[in-house]
Amino acid sequence: MRCDIVIAGVGGQGNVLASRILARAAMEYELPVQTSEAIGMAQREGVVMSHVRMGAGNYGSLIPNGGADVLLGFELAETIRGLDKIKNDGVVIANSYTIYPVSVSLGISQYDPVGLVDYLKKNTQSLYLFDATALASQAGTVKATNIVMLGALEALKLLPYGGDHLKEVMLNMIPQKLHEINLKAFELGQQAVGGA
Amino acid sequence: MKKLLMGNEAIAYGAMEAGVQVVTGYPGTPSSEVLMTLAQMAKEKGIYAEWSVNEKVALEVAAGAAYSGARAMVTMKQVGLNVASDPLMTLAYIGVKGGLVLVVADDPGPHSSQNEQDTRFFARFAKLPVLDPSDPREAKEMVKAAFELSEQLGLPVILRPTTRTCHGCQEVEVTEEISRSIIPIGFEKNPKWVIVPNLAAKQHIWLNQQQEVMRKIFEDSSFNTIIPGSGSLGIITGGVSYRYVREALEALGLELPVCKIGTPHPMPTNKVLEFIEPLDQVLVIEEQEPVLEDQIIKLILQQNKFPHVRGKHDRLVPREGELNVNKVVAILSQVLEISTAQTKEAGSLQLPIRPPVLCAGCPHRASFYAFKQAADKEAIFTGDIGCYTLGNMAPLDAVDTCLCMGAGISLGAGLQRAEKQREVIAFIGDSTFFHSGITGLINAVHNNSNITVVVLDNRTTAMTGHQSHPGLNRTATGDSTIALNIVELAKACGVRYIKEVDPYDYVAAVEVAREALKFEGVSVVVMKRECIALIKGNRKSMVIDEEKCIGCGFCVEELGCPAISRRGETPVIEETCNGCNLCGQICPAEAIVERGVVR
Repeated sequence: MRCDIVIAGVGGQGNVLASRILARAAMEYELPVQTSEAIGMAQREGVVMSHVRMGAGNYGSLIPNGGADVLLGFELAETIRGLDKIKNDGVVIANSYTIYPVSVSLGISQYDPVGLVDYLKKNTQSLYLFDATALASQAGTVKATNIVMLGALEALKLLPYGGDHLKEVMLNMIPQKLHEINLKAFELGQQAVGGA
Repeated sequence: MKKLLMGNEAIAYGAMEAGVQVVTGYPGTPSSEVLMTLAQMAKEKGIYAEWSVNEKVALEVAAGAAYSGARAMVTMKQVGLNVASDPLMTLAYIGVKGGLVLVVADDPGPHSSQNEQDTRFFARFAKLPVLDPSDPREAKEMVKAAFELSEQLGLPVILRPTTRTCHGCQEVEVTEEISRSIIPIGFEKNPKWVIVPNLAAKQHIWLNQQQEVMRKIFEDSSFNTIIPGSGSLGIITGGVSYRYVREALEALGLELPVCKIGTPHPMPTNKVLEFIEPLDQVLVIEEQEPVLEDQIIKLILQQNKFPHVRGKHDRLVPREGELNVNKVVAILSQVLEISTAQTKEAGSLQLPIRPPVLCAGCPHRASFYAFKQAADKEAIFTGDIGCYTLGNMAPLDAVDTCLCMGAGISLGAGLQRAEKQREVIAFIGDSTFFHSGITGLINAVHNNSNITVVVLDNRTTAMTGHQSHPGLNRTATGDSTIALNIVELAKACGVRYIKEVDPYDYVAAVEVAREALKFEGVSVVVMKRECIALIKGNRKSMVIDEEKCIGCGFCVEELGCPAISRRGETPVIEETCNGCNLCGQICPAEAIVERGVVR
């Protein structure tokens, strides 16, 4: 089975770790997997997008426009920037949290959260929108936003493998002392979309 | 055993399994993780790994090891090959004994580079074979093949992965075992190692003859394959483009014949002739330059065969930027005159601009700001390559030039000759200073220049992932070593004004900046404070006292710190604050205070 996931966010949000967890879980589930990530200059508070392709066989690591089954949006504006990646009937799981770039504070560009939420609702068929960063904060740190998002993804049963498998792989990749916070974050993510 | 490996890690594992003994490199995105991975396994596997001071030195160290019969590898990015090109061009004449592989990562896009040069062209220029992997798994196979080939030919071999291969992950089979017994090595004295004109003349003939030997080897290489299909139009492709072609054909429901070339130079001509024989049209799809396309056109003319070659020369395939499946679908649709569904447009929606910026608490922001306060309005700020190139962004606007590694100082000296009345301030990072800044500094001192050089010493090579450099007391493999002192080095270069200051100490930094600018001649200021990304735990965080804040927005407009945002009247300091307190020191209302230890 094939499953193409795009993760859109801002450099520093744990985008790469999230894509690695998904990919490791796929590999350990014996699915062919490819990822593509943003590393280097682009990481520093800039736009970042990771691609995870599971069961994709002979393909390259870049998901074509209109090809993704799921879009995980780690930040409101970046979710919209990633919309052209999604299939017409693809699922969008979006964090409503906003990160204002310096350009907005300086008045060089605009950020209109209300307008963006409207746009998102109008232009998606299947949307799950919630404040994942607030949930991460509730779990112990805003840095766990990525894990909240993975929890939501798992709860919607969009992955080719089961939730316990994903959770196990996640814990294997995260230092022991952070297990509790991340497990909590994962569960809060699951609950946010009405799951476990 | 299967591991999820990034392309760069896969290359490292391939080299280890091939029995590499010496690995050198200079960090550069997208190449850095190759040496980082090898450095981590170096001790256990008996490999010597070093971050060299620059790419030229890295290649020379690796060449020395290969002269002794050891397998050696050197890593860099495409622009790094320019620095290493001096030894490379002659090394092709001299040859090697042990296998020598250059991993040169190309960055079409570009994502993290100052140009998009195509290393396959450099391979042709140097008359060396080049392998072009299409994914991490193939990259690992190719590095092993490259060592074999290098020893077979007695020549360095270039492996040229691109960003999508370097920074993509795939499940890769690894054994973690060295697949050959390491041959005892020793340098044998022989006049063939000394390139005098007479020898160069002879070796050039040999190198030219080797081209045909390489080509014949590549005719049978498993990296070049023909995927049969139907119709009179065939596609020739290579590297990562091959993957896009396969997916685009499937998306369009087409079964055109495809020829994948993993060895673009020298091109396996018989393979290509076999492929084009029944075709009326050949479409060449490759990223960057028409390296395959040019060779195919030449081949067709030589053979007196005339299938129509389409690609970059008729502007069908772009010559700039990366390819992807969508672009390949569009190219195929145009050639075959088929219509495809249009993807929806984002419409009139305005999304915020989000370019990369200096991190919250980055000491460079404080250094740039101090010099902006001290300098004339007309001052020119020359920049260099590193995180600090981002000092060009508003509101700092403190990088007026950026050309190549080390150019900031020399370029500044040139500008100052032309406009004697203007202050020139050259910013350079610590790793870049050692890479090629120091020669510019020596030149400036010797020629009585009047410029101020600011070494942004954040104790690491930050942008590429925190690699070591000669200013640090640890090597790539974690051994302790002598840390070179930049102040002492500048003194030894003949600089007469040198001061070191902590950029977080705003008042002191501005004072030193003023002094340095007043000094007649070359002045050097070392702004010393470790990279914020290296500091873990117990970071301070600042907060805005709403009672005291006058809403002037000075903190936002002057610094451009990503941790300070403005949504209402009062700016807000976000949780991403790292507590450098530059904002607190410049706030006119003294409204920014420490939140306490938060992490």
